[in-house]
Amino acid sequence: MTRILVIARNTFRETLRDRILYNLLFFGLLMIGSAILLGSLTIGEQARLIKDIGLAGINIFGVLIAIFVGIGLVSKEIERRTIYSILAKPIHRAEFLLGRYLGLAATLAVNSVVMAAGFCLTLVVGQVELDLSLLSAVGLIVVELLVITAMAVLCSTFTTPMLSATFTLSLYVIGHLTDDLRTLGAKLQHGPTTWLLDGLYYTLPNLDYFNVKAQVAHGIAIESSYLWSAWAYGTAYCAVLLLLACVIFQQREFR
Amino acid sequence: MTPIRIEGLTKVFHVGLGWPRRVVTVLDHLDLEVHQGEIFGFLGPNGAGKTTTIKLLLGLLMPTAGQAWLLDQEIGDVASKRQIGFLPESPYFYEYLTGEEFLTFYGQLFGLNGTGLARTVDRLLDMVRMDEARRLPLRKFSKGMLQRIGLAQALINDPQVVILDEPMSGLDPIGRREVRDLILRLKDQGKTIFFSTHILPDVEMICDRVAILVKGKLRAVGAIHDLVGASAVTSVEAVVEGLSDVAVLEATGLGGAVIQRGAQAMVTLPDERAVPALLALLVRQGGRLVSLTPHKRSLEDLFVTEVGRT
Repeated sequence: MTRILVIARNTFRETLRDRILYNLLFFGLLMIGSAILLGSLTIGEQARLIKDIGLAGINIFGVLIAIFVGIGLVSKEIERRTIYSILAKPIHRAEFLLGRYLGLAATLAVNSVVMAAGFCLTLVVGQVELDLSLLSAVGLIVVELLVITAMAVLCSTFTTPMLSATFTLSLYVIGHLTDDLRTLGAKLQHGPTTWLLDGLYYTLPNLDYFNVKAQVAHGIAIESSYLWSAWAYGTAYCAVLLLLACVIFQQREFR
Repeated sequence: MTPIRIEGLTKVFHVGLGWPRRVVTVLDHLDLEVHQGEIFGFLGPNGAGKTTTIKLLLGLLMPTAGQAWLLDQEIGDVASKRQIGFLPESPYFYEYLTGEEFLTFYGQLFGLNGTGLARTVDRLLDMVRMDEARRLPLRKFSKGMLQRIGLAQALINDPQVVILDEPMSGLDPIGRREVRDLILRLKDQGKTIFFSTHILPDVEMICDRVAILVKGKLRAVGAIHDLVGASAVTSVEAVVEGLSDVAVLEATGLGGAVIQRGAQAMVTLPDERAVPALLALLVRQGGRLVSLTPHKRSLEDLFVTEVGRT
C-alpha cells in the first residue's frame, strides 16, 4: 500500500507540474465564467443557462484532462523508458499501475474542486441560488472522470499514446450512446444483431448514467438511491477496468 | 549466497507483421555465475544480448526458457530486487523532479523515509558530486550529470549487488574515470558489481572476471589473465639503429617483419625466443638497441577474435 501511495504522490506532483493541466483549467474556468455573459443574453432562463454551462465546463475540461493526461500515465513511461528504473525496484506492476491511477484521480478531484469553486462563484455573481443537487451533479461528473481515467489507463497498457487517446475518446462517445444501442437492438428485432447490441450495452460503460446535469439545471431533485447506484456502478466499472489493465500490464514486456 | 546465477537463460522474440512472424533468438542458453564481491564485466558488441540479459534479470522481460537467481531468489519474484541496485542504459528519469526529490522518491519505493532517507540522499548526492544540483530539475542535467544521479539512485537502498548497463557510454574521459573509481569503491565496500560495456580498456583496468557474449551466445568467461594468457607474449617489437642493409636483411631472417625508417629499423619478432639472436646480431654488426617492447594478447584481441568467429 505504501508503495502505491508513493507512486500516487509522485504522479500527483507530475500532473501538477504539467502545463497542459493549467491550460485546460484556465479554459474551463473561462467557460464557466462566460456563463454569466451568455446568461444575460436570455430572458428568464439565466439561472438554468449558468448551471448548464457551468456543469458542462466542469465535465468537458475534466474529460479532456482525464484523457490527455491519463493516456500518458503508462505509455509515456514506456516510451520515455522511465519505467525501467521503477520496475527494477521491489514493486509489483499492479502497484505501479494503481499508484499512477490514484495520482491522476487525486489531480482530477482537486481540479474538479477548483472548477466547482469557480462555478459557485459564478452562481453567486449571477445571483443564482446555490443548491445541493449541483454538488451531486459535480460528484457524478467526478465518478465519470474516474471511469474515463481507468479506460485511458487500460488503453495505455497495450498501445501508444496516440491510439490510447483515440480508443478512450471513442469509448467516451460510445459510452454516452449505449442507451441508443439497446433501443436500436429492440427495434431491429433480429436475433444475432439484437444480442450483439445488447451485449455491447451491458459491456460498454454507460456514461450517461452519471449525467444528471439537465435535471439539476431544471431544478429537478436527484434521489439519493440513484446517486448511490451510480456511484456503485462507477466504482465497480473502474475496478473491472483496472483489474484488466493490471492483467495486461503484468504480461507486458519492455524491450 | 550467489549474487547472480543464470542457467540456460533464453529469450526469443517474434518480430515483424507477416505470418509466420520472424523468430529472433536474442539470448541462447546462457549459463553464468557471478561471485560475491567481484567486479564482473559483461562484454559484447551491439546487439549481443547484454541489455536483454539485464532486463530478464530485473523482470522487465520474461525468459523464453531457463532460470536465473539474484541472491538465491528466483527472478520475477519482487523480493529478489530488494538488495539490487540498477542503472539502465542511457538513463531516462522523471525530468520534472529535482535531484533531491528524485532520490527521495526512489528511496521511498524501498520503504525508506524520514531523517534516515534524508541522510542517505545527502550522502549519495555528495558521493556523486551532485550536491549543488540538488534543487535543479533533471531536465536541466547534462548527460554526465544524469549518469551520476542515476548511479546515486542505484545505490539508494545500499544494495549488495549493483547492475549497471553501459555505465560509461557517452561519458567524457573524466566522467569515465569517476565511474571507474566509484565501481572500485563499491567493491571495497564488499558489493558485487555486474556491468555491461564495450569499452574494453575500462574492463581490463577494473574487472575481476569477464564474460563475452556474441549474438546471444556465451563465448568466453573467466578472469582476464586466464582468458588472454597471463604471460603469453604474442610478439616482440624492437627498434634498432646503426645497422647496414646487409644486417637488416639478416634481421629479416629471424622470422619477423622489418620496417626501415631512416636510420632506424623496427623489427617485429614472432616471440621472445628470437630476442637473443637479434641482440647477438646487433653486437656483431655494431648496431644499437633503441627499445624493446613485448606485446601480450590483450582483451581487445580476444574480443575481436571472439566477435569475428561468428
